[in-house]
Amino acid sequence: MTYVAARAVSGEHAAAQAPDFVRITNVEKIYKTRGRALKAVDRISLDLREGEFVSIVGPSGCGKSTLMMMVAGLVPVSSGEISIKGETVRKPYTDAGVIFQRDALLEWRTVLNNVLLQIDVRGLARSKYEAAARALLARVGLTGFENSYPWELSGGMRQRVALCRGLIHDPKLLLMDEPFGALDALTREQMNLDLQRIWLENRKTMLFITHSIWEAIFLADRVAVMSPRPGRIATMIDIDLPRPRRISVRESNQFGSYATLIREQFQAFGLLNED
Amino acid sequence: MPADSAVPRADRLPWTAHVTTYLYPTLVTLVLFAAWEAVTRAGMVSSLILPSLSSILQTAVVKFPLLMQMSAITATEFLLGFGLSVAVGLPLGALIVYSRPLETAFYPILVAFQIVPKAAVAPIFIVWLGTGLSSKVLIAFAIAFFPVVIDTVVGLRSAQPETIHLLHSMGGNQFQVFWYVRFPNALPAIFGGLKVASTLAVVGAIVGEFVSAEKGLGYLVLVANGELDTRLVFACVLMLTLLGIIFYFIIEIIEKIVVRWHVSARQLEALGGGS
Repeated sequence: MTYVAARAVSGEHAAAQAPDFVRITNVEKIYKTRGRALKAVDRISLDLREGEFVSIVGPSGCGKSTLMMMVAGLVPVSSGEISIKGETVRKPYTDAGVIFQRDALLEWRTVLNNVLLQIDVRGLARSKYEAAARALLARVGLTGFENSYPWELSGGMRQRVALCRGLIHDPKLLLMDEPFGALDALTREQMNLDLQRIWLENRKTMLFITHSIWEAIFLADRVAVMSPRPGRIATMIDIDLPRPRRISVRESNQFGSYATLIREQFQAFGLLNED
Repeated sequence: MPADSAVPRADRLPWTAHVTTYLYPTLVTLVLFAAWEAVTRAGMVSSLILPSLSSILQTAVVKFPLLMQMSAITATEFLLGFGLSVAVGLPLGALIVYSRPLETAFYPILVAFQIVPKAAVAPIFIVWLGTGLSSKVLIAFAIAFFPVVIDTVVGLRSAQPETIHLLHSMGGNQFQVFWYVRFPNALPAIFGGLKVASTLAVVGAIVGEFVSAEKGLGYLVLVANGELDTRLVFACVLMLTLLGIIFYFIIEIIEKIVVRWHVSARQLEALGGGS
């Protein structure tokens, strides 16, 4: 693992001194199907400090989603260890907000009730959270859609509802698996801006999986670049860009050099061939 | 931020879209009836083979008390048979989904049972249970319950893995996954099965009456046929059809109430909307 840029320790990065929140140590995942063993994740070690935004970028099928599922405790590790706040993850970790590429909204629940599903399943009092749910929906521009059904919404609106559902119980950790992968380019940029704004408000520890180099850099404090299957972490890149970042940051030289680093890594894997 | 445009609601679609749904089938039916009346009035077929529509309706009016009495008996048979198929089919479907050993044990037997022609075993049911109500109920049940089981299994299995993962990340247990996700998600498929079962239960009741009975519409068909009273035969068929249609529509109305979210989304799709 090579550190490319020196990490800026400033007020901007208060998270830098915080203790490790998530520790992923030598984790492997091997799937056995019809007698054949398929290694999806190969000895990955990665630590997330509290309040840190880490993006994982990698090609399709490199095991990055599997890694997230293992952190969430939804898929068991084959070897190695994942711990959150010093405790080994052995069952689904519940103090997290999980967001998938598919919004996984329940079609028979209204927008508000989809957000409150989180509260219902946890057996918490709805009355205490309803105002918060409405406020969250307002923050992502869904005022007036509280009583709409998912099928009445566009893809971007649906994913915003999923985002609110992942935030309503105020989790310490957010796990996102290509949440904007199915959206059109313009909606996606807006979602990136919205996510940054929401993240800046309370700085939850974030593990964000994407295959977009641009998205990974734009959002993260650190970007982990994964190799094709079996997935390893090939490079860690510290992203030292001031926040809040604007879309135009993409045109800056610094952003360009980060993107070049990642792209060169992908080229080294033989994933991009320009000839 | 700009919320991207929502999808139009089905209930805001132009009224013409709703009218044609009813208008076209009604028109086709009226044309067919007119042709029937014209052909029989012109004396092109013997009234023993095909009586005119008006004479059938006349018979139905004259014999209305008898037809109603017989209808009540047949309706009791198929309603009980249908009820039994739901009461057995739903839990059996759920058991098959949740228990691998039960699936292995029951599924082949279930399929074999479905392949057995029920009309052929109907006489055995009569021997077992006598010529009264219970044998007809059992035959209606035997014919109707297979689609209920199969569609329950298909429906319960159709939940997205992401949604189930999501429930687990909220700390949800197996029962909550069933209650919040699997069961509501299965309802459209279950209603599909119920609609098929509703028509099959009517067939089952008639088959039972054909084999041996001293009352009911099926019994009346046999008696009238023996007396070469073709008009009464057709009047019975008319009653049976009406009963079947009413039964089917009652289920459809319940479906519209229970799975409104699905019906609306489907209508929107059928009318060329949706995203």
